[in-house]
Order: sequence, then structure tokens, then C-alpha cells
Amino acid sequence: MRGMTLSEKLLSAAAGRNVRAGEIAICEVDCAMGTDGSIPMAMDYFASMGGVRVHAPERLLFALDHYAPPASAKAAMLQARIRRFAREQGIPLFDIGAGIGHQIVVEQGLATPGRLLAGADSHAVTYGAANCFATGIGSSDLAGIMLTGKTWLRVPESIRITLHGKLPRGVYPKDLALCLAQLFGADGATYQALEFHGDGVASLDFEDRLVVANLSVEMGAKNAVFPFDAAARRYLEKRVAGPLEAVSADPDAQYARVIDVDLSTLQPYVAMPHNVDNVTSLAELGNVPVQMAYLGTCTGGRAKDFRQALAVFREYGKPAKGVQLVVTPASREVMHELTEGGELAEFVALGAVIVTPGCGSCCGTAGAIPEDGANVVSTANRNFKGRMGNASANVFLASPEVCAASAVAGRIVSLQTFAASR
Amino acid sequence: MQFSVTGLARRFGDDVNTDYIISSQRKRESLDPAVLKNFLFETIAPEFAQTVRIGDILVAGKNFGCGSAMEVAVTAVVGAGIRVVLAQSFARTYFRNAINNGLYPVECDTRAIREGDALQIDIGAHTLVRCASNDQVIEAAPIAHDILKILDAGGLVPYLRRHSSF
Repeated sequence: MRGMTLSEKLLSAAAGRNVRAGEIAICEVDCAMGTDGSIPMAMDYFASMGGVRVHAPERLLFALDHYAPPASAKAAMLQARIRRFAREQGIPLFDIGAGIGHQIVVEQGLATPGRLLAGADSHAVTYGAANCFATGIGSSDLAGIMLTGKTWLRVPESIRITLHGKLPRGVYPKDLALCLAQLFGADGATYQALEFHGDGVASLDFEDRLVVANLSVEMGAKNAVFPFDAAARRYLEKRVAGPLEAVSADPDAQYARVIDVDLSTLQPYVAMPHNVDNVTSLAELGNVPVQMAYLGTCTGGRAKDFRQALAVFREYGKPAKGVQLVVTPASREVMHELTEGGELAEFVALGAVIVTPGCGSCCGTAGAIPEDGANVVSTANRNFKGRMGNASANVFLASPEVCAASAVAGRIVSLQTFAASR
Repeated sequence: MQFSVTGLARRFGDDVNTDYIISSQRKRESLDPAVLKNFLFETIAPEFAQTVRIGDILVAGKNFGCGSAMEVAVTAVVGAGIRVVLAQSFARTYFRNAINNGLYPVECDTRAIREGDALQIDIGAHTLVRCASNDQVIEAAPIAHDILKILDAGGLVPYLRRHSSF
């Protein structure tokens, strides 16, 4: 019998039997995350299912990140319901200001090799950077897990992506992800897993892999999974008490598709409104003036991202007149790191609007909302019409470096082009 | 369980994301499907919420329900009295949420179906879509047995209420 893909192995372990692509597996879930966007409905479903006590509260994590801080009394009351429920049930709760649930799951060391994690938010695929199976679920699924500790999953076929070489200067994991989005399209990997291989993986550090895994859902993928190596170990061993054991795919595993990517051939890309797969290289983008530059989210809101942006501002100065710079650290830990390092003060000096750690402006639920007709260049993961709370705004997705260079230039531009024009 | 539903096609295109189905800002105000149904598709089809009738059938292109996993994008549709969505393909979280809420996600070739077409859909181990306007019969992708059990129970809530586990 042929060997198993990484996802088949991970789900077999969670199901307690060998399962193959296409099968429905009932799986034991090691950790499930919910947010203020998904928990209130999950609580209602849980009650309707006849639930009284949650199955294993220590395996849950609640994060109040979407409405942080709440901008309406209704949002505040939804959060109050969540706090009360978490207290009664003994569920770990990360309150407003703690940050984005996905970032907290990673920081808390809950994503480790071999585990099955589910998040009631589509970007839960992010944790796959840690050699685990991680996927997004809905509120009813979260309620099902709260009741039974289990969920149903269709075992995905896998796409094997072999990365070669390393990214050139000025090209970032965001560009790799946008390049894959262009290659696959918004549904090119639907129901499937992206499984990363190759010597190029080692050139990406753990946080880089989080960016790539995060964006896999924008290609329709069920999950993305990276191998466990020295770089992943370096990040995780500071946060995890127990042993870390790698899970690998069998050499004779069967893949739906096999793709090779030479990282050294990539360049800076941008996703144009209003689809993530509407990708073009920056070299081919025409003149696009910018009114807002957004640095943050579960894609581009980590300390490393802010440092990349700040390197540009240090070299080339403040955002151009008429460009609003919005900074939203992904978590309190990130904000703390930026405070300790002095970077946050630098952003304040640049005139940046600093928003509470959380989802912020990304989905228009908190933070700054762009004006009609505004072009936004953003480190986020989605640029759908109305995504940032205004259907008349245009959102362009790019790397932190491009966002910073564009803020200074007042138009969307790569750092290389901008530097050459000075 | 094999059964038939009939209804009129309400036609949408490719890549209809969950924010287009129901704007994520609306759920700040309410999670009640009876309220949210009044804002269905407001960004891309402002007339839809006023004209939708109980029993209408959503018909879309590829990748229906992409983007955010928010479940209101399913419950608001169910709240409008829709039981079946046909699409070339579904985004996976939408597919899941549909199953868990008893909304039948039927994957089939929808290209020949037009707005307002009278449809009959025979749902079960084999699912067929009959389009009265052009006499076409479209064979849909089979739905796995374990999934059909949840759908036929009316969704995950009635399923788990009855069985208390999977």
C-alpha cells in the first residue's frame, strides 16, 4: 500500500485509525480556538445541542480579538456573555488587548508537531507552520467540539510544493504566498492540503512559515503543513515544555499535484482589489496613489514585520502627506517586544495611529476605517470589497516593506524602485 | 433518505465570498437569521433581500462562500427559507457550515442554469438537478454517507442532540 502524506498521517493519529484522502474521519481535537466573532453563535449551538458542561475546557482557547475594543454596546454585551461563559466553564480566555487568537495559539506553544488544532476562524490554517494539522471551522463545529471533544473532517488530498533556493533581497514570504495565490487562484487548492518540502524551507524562519500557511486559505486550502526542522525547533522550544517530535510524509505518498518553486526567481507582488488572487508584480502595477498604509493582522502583524517596515521609514523618512499610517500589533507580546525595542516609539514619532492588538481594521470590525475611494496598501490577507468596513475603498495586499515604501512614496511601489527614484 | 425539492433559481457568479453573502459588520448588530436575512447579498445584489422567496434555490459558480468562515453566511441564507445551494464548487468552510446547519450544498455543473429557472432537485445517495427551462438533467457530485446523515438529521445540532457524540 502506498505511503501517507503528512496530512493523512496527522489525521490518522487524531482519528485513531489509518485514514486516507477522501475519507471522513472523526477526530479527537487537541486544541480549539474561538473568537468573539464565532463564540457567541457556538454558545447558542452548544445550548441547542443540549450541552451543559464543555467536554475539556483546557483544550479550548477563547480570544476576544475581532471587536477589540468594542465600538458598540452590542459588541460589548456579546463579549460580556463570552467572559461569563468562559469563567463558568473554566475555559482560558484572552481578553481584548491580548491580541489575535491565532497569534496567541502560537505564542502559547499550543501548535506543536503532530497535533490537531481547529480554529473557529478561517485563518486557523496559520498553525500548520508548526508541523501540525490546523484548519478553520465554523461556530457549529466549535460547539460540537465543546460538546464531544471531536469533529468530523474529510481527509484532504495534498499538493506537494517543493521550495528551492532562497528569496532575493526585498522579496518576502508574503510575496511567496501571493505568487502561490496567483498560481492556484482563489479556489485552486479547495479541500486540499498544501504540503511544503525542499531545501528552500530552511531559508524561511518559523515566522515566515506562519505567513505562508496563513494565506493558504486564500487559495481554498483546508490546511498547510511544514516540516519540523531546526528553525521550527528554535521558535517552539522556548514556548513548549514537552518533547517535540517531527512528523514526516512517507517518500511514496500520493499527491494530487506536485509543484516546484524556485524562491530566487520571485519578486515583490501585490494583490489588487477585490480578490486575493488578483496578483500582479509591482513592476507591472501602474500608478496607484495611497491614502492609508496598514501594518498588522495575523498575516503581517508580528515584530519582524514591523521591523521590516521600520527599516524603510528610518532610511527614507515619514509617510507622505495625506497618507495615514495605521499600526496594529498582532498581540500584546508583539506590542511589548516593540515597546522594549523602542520601535513602537518610532512609529508614534512617525505619526502612526496605534490600534489595540487584535484584528483591528482588517475586517472593519475595529480600528480605522478607510474613507470612500481610498486606496489602502496593507499587510493583511484579504482585500474583498467592503472588507475594511467601506465598500468604496480599494485594498492592495503586499509585504511590510512594500507597505512602508508605498507610505513614504505616497503611491504603491517596491523599495527598490522607490530607492532608485531618489 | 431520498427526497425532492423544487424552487426557482437565484443566480450568482464565481467567488462569492461570505462578506458578500452577509457583510461582517451586520453581525455586530445581530446574529439573528431573521434579522440578517434582510441584508443578504446587499453588497453585490441590493435587490435580493426584498425579492427572495421561501424555497428559492441559490445557484452559483465556482468557490461559493470563500473568505471568512463566519457561520452567519449560512444561517442568514437558511433564515431566508433557502434549503439548497447549487455551485460548481464550494469553499470548504462554507461546505462544512452548510452541512452543520442542514443547508444542502450540491456540487454540480451550474453553467446552464439561468436566473428564475424552475428547478427540481432529487437529493440522496445520487443527487440529480432537473432544469425545466431547458429539460436538462444534471448529475451532482455524491455526498458522503456520514455527511448525509448529519444533513438528513437537519444539521449538527439535531444530530448531536440525538446521538450526543459522532
